[in-house]
Amino acid sequence: MFEIGIMHFVVLSVVVFAAGICTLLTKRNAIGILIGIELIMNAAGINFVAYNRYVWGGGGVGSLIDGQVFAIFIIVLAAAEAAIALAIFLNFYNTFSSIDVERADEMKG
Amino acid sequence: MYLLLAAQSIDLGPVQPLLFYGLALLLAISAWLVVLSDNIVRMAVFLLLALGAVGGLYFMLAAEFLAAVQLIVYAGGTLILIVFGVMLTSKNPFLQFRVKLWERMVALALALTICGFLIFALVNTPLGGNGPLTPEAGYEQVQEIGKALLSTYLVPFEVAAVLLLVVMIGAAYMARRRAQ
Repeated sequence: MFEIGIMHFVVLSVVVFAAGICTLLTKRNAIGILIGIELIMNAAGINFVAYNRYVWGGGGVGSLIDGQVFAIFIIVLAAAEAAIALAIFLNFYNTFSSIDVERADEMKG
Repeated sequence: MYLLLAAQSIDLGPVQPLLFYGLALLLAISAWLVVLSDNIVRMAVFLLLALGAVGGLYFMLAAEFLAAVQLIVYAGGTLILIVFGVMLTSKNPFLQFRVKLWERMVALALALTICGFLIFALVNTPLGGNGPLTPEAGYEQVQEIGKALLSTYLVPFEVAAVLLLVVMIGAAYMARRRAQ
C-alpha cells in the first residue's frame, strides 16, 4: 500500500481517462470536447512514462527511454491538434455565431 | 518545492507515497471537476491544475525532461491556446450549455464501465521487465532522449517537424479573417 508501484500510476491514468471520456460525451461546447481529448492524451502519457519507468527501468544507466520519447510525441501531437481544432472552431463560430456542437449539422460542398 | 525535491533525488523514501497520493488526488479531483463544471473558463483552470499534476507525476517517474516539456508546452502553450479559443468564441465569459441529466448518466455509466474493464484487465496482466533502476552518476537523461530522437526515432521526429509546419500554416490560413 505504501510502496508506490506501477499499478498506482496505471489506475490513476484509468481514472483520468474515464474523466476525459465523460467530458467528451457530456460537453456541448466544442472547446470542452477539446479539453476532454487533452485529458485522454495525458492519461496515455502517464501510462507510457510509468511503464517505461517500472518495466524498462527508465532513469538508470543502460535503461530504455522509448516510453518517454513516445510521451514527447504525444505532447507534440496534442499541441498540433489543439491548434488545428481551435482554427476550425473559430471558423465554425464565424459561420454559426455559436460554439455549440449540436448546431454543427449542416455541410456545404 | 516538492517538485524540486523530486527532481534532485529520485529515491524519495518515505515521502514518495505522500507525494504520489497528493499529486494523484489533485489530478483525479481536477480531472473530475472538469467533467462536473459547466463553465468553460473553470474547465480550463481545472485542466491547468490537472496538467500541472501530471507534470509532477513525470518528475516522480524520473522523467525530468518530460516534466519540463509538459509544463512548458502543455501548461504554457496548449492551455493558453485553449483560453484564447474560449475568449474568441464566447460573447460572455459565463456562457453555459445545459446538458440533460440522462445524457450525463449515460456518459458516466459508459466511463465507469470502461474504467472497470480496464482495471480488471490490468489486474490480470502479468508485468515483465526489470523494475525501476536507480539513477547513477554520469547518466544524462536529455542526452539519451536526444540520441533516441536522432537515431531510432529519426523518421517520426522529422515527420513531427513537418507536421508542426503544416499545422502552423494551416491554422493561420483557416483562422484568418474572411474578406467581407
